[in-house]
Amino acid sequence: MKQLVILSGKGGTGKTTVAAALAHLASQEFSLVLADADVDAANLELVLAPTLEETHEFHSGQVAVIDPETCIACGRCAEVCRFDAVVAGEGYRVDPLACEGCATCFYQCPVEAIRMEEQHAGRWFVSNTRFGSLYHAHLFAGQENSGKLVTLVKQMARLRAMDDVADLVLVDGPPGIGCPVISAVSGADLALIVTEPTVSGVHDMARILATTTHFQTPALVLLNKTDLSPARAGEIIAYCEQQGTPVLGQLPFSDDVPQALVRGQPVTAYSGGPVAMALQDAWARLREALFSDEV
Amino acid sequence: MPITWAWGAAAVTAAGVASRDTRRHAIITSQVRYRMQIAIASGKGGTGKTTVAVNLALSLSGAGERLFFLDCDVEAPNAALFLQPTLTEHRDVGQQVPRVDPARCTACGRCAEVCQYHAITVIGQQVLVFPELCHGCGSCTLNCPTGAISEVFDKTGVLERGQAGAITFGQGVLDIGEAQAVPVIRQLKQWVAPSDDEAAIVLLDAPPGASCPVVETLRDADMVLLVTEPTPFGLHDLRVAVEVARDELGLPVAVVINRDGMGDAGVETYCAAEGIPVVLRIPFRRAIAEAYADGIPLIEAQPAYRVAFRDLYTTLAQLATAGKNRQPASGGVA
Repeated sequence: MKQLVILSGKGGTGKTTVAAALAHLASQEFSLVLADADVDAANLELVLAPTLEETHEFHSGQVAVIDPETCIACGRCAEVCRFDAVVAGEGYRVDPLACEGCATCFYQCPVEAIRMEEQHAGRWFVSNTRFGSLYHAHLFAGQENSGKLVTLVKQMARLRAMDDVADLVLVDGPPGIGCPVISAVSGADLALIVTEPTVSGVHDMARILATTTHFQTPALVLLNKTDLSPARAGEIIAYCEQQGTPVLGQLPFSDDVPQALVRGQPVTAYSGGPVAMALQDAWARLREALFSDEV
Repeated sequence: MPITWAWGAAAVTAAGVASRDTRRHAIITSQVRYRMQIAIASGKGGTGKTTVAVNLALSLSGAGERLFFLDCDVEAPNAALFLQPTLTEHRDVGQQVPRVDPARCTACGRCAEVCQYHAITVIGQQVLVFPELCHGCGSCTLNCPTGAISEVFDKTGVLERGQAGAITFGQGVLDIGEAQAVPVIRQLKQWVAPSDDEAAIVLLDAPPGASCPVVETLRDADMVLLVTEPTPFGLHDLRVAVEVARDELGLPVAVVINRDGMGDAGVETYCAAEGIPVVLRIPFRRAIAEAYADGIPLIEAQPAYRVAFRDLYTTLAQLATAGKNRQPASGGVA
């Protein structure tokens, strides 16, 4: 079983478009389990027409709550809190959005007026799609611990893949390089970095490549909207060459992508146009990279 | 949920209140008398947050206001590529992590017991610290019965500050392999943003998503501008962003539709149903995408947008003011 994670650094470069297309193409010869690791803004479900099978609650993190009856307003909680989460007014209260759940105030309160309340932070789901089971999640607005939810979704997807003796776990990653990305990269055999030839795309690709290198995950680059700026595309290719990172392929800027999206389909299922053809070519090479050592 | 408004003291003077109705042009042509913080956010990545924030800043630059631009997308900071600031000040950012003095440590395990992040653990007689899990809360230090724990600075990123023309620019850059963006954002705002009662316009370029780094960026904003694209992805993630900005934080929100004409009418229908004003539409044009690719700001590539962005600011200032005048606890624009 192989685990592939799709990343980008910069958002909106086409991670989910590529993930859906690869799910479509890969499912024609392999058995898959899919995981959407962008728990803030999960979009893979929008192009895979899933049927929801299971819903689970995600409890994680905690916030401090001060009982006004017991509180003697000594101010010790406000003094020890490093996150400015204790608000003084008539007595003291905790701003749940600022609270990091560290429980420092809980341990320091001399009259035990503070309790820690576990947060109902989100939900995770198992759905069925025509390309394989999909594990996805929704972290509630403003919650912490997106990394934990990403880890949970991936673990569940992986367990399912082991049960089903699946060939590939395909993980659609979040943007950025921080906590949820680190969780998404963990355990991956290969990272596919989707980038675009813009000044931001070049900058953020370098940061995500440094991140995959840091975690010793081999990476390949897929250049999306490649004809938008031949100069930036050249920069990206030169950078990848210098880093020893193979460029898997180049996708043209095309209206097929939003059109497929509006119809809720992977672009490879919607059209046989240049983007779909380039993705087929990219998949053929990716297949080599993933499975060649198993043949 | 009660909301603390970071609304400058000057705004509630008689003069400030009287000027609100006639502010439409006064905002641009005379000095603002309070701090106006506008966060530019999105939910979905790559919808054009930085494009909108940068062009808004450039359109206001030179209008006589004190103008601040903070790039709070510390995982993928891009605004400097367009604003080209001269970064003159640099500061390491990070947090205090525990260091255990083995001479005083009795391996009692109290530190591990109080740590909510599993960042410190005791194995046999040895205490292990995992700085990447530590939130720097100081609970272990306070609870250690023998005073064996002191704290040392653990760098997780850098803050940079400088000028881009008349714009005071600041950005945070999270180090590679570091997980926690929130402390970097928090310290960036403390270092660069003016205080509540200073008269200035502050633009906060937020990270994508809807979790803790977004909340840290938006927390004390007066107004949140949500940039989206008219596709099912854009709509789905716009809903999530509205949940954070309007429903959780109680802030007024408005929408910019970027790449207008690209997909379907879902975003327009949603905004109309929710009563969320659509304050700017930027059409889906290859020429706009190409200028962006080469780092050329829209108002330079297409100068007609300079006026559009100035008008955008005026509209946002009015919406922020209307949001303030409403009962804060109810939150949002109806």
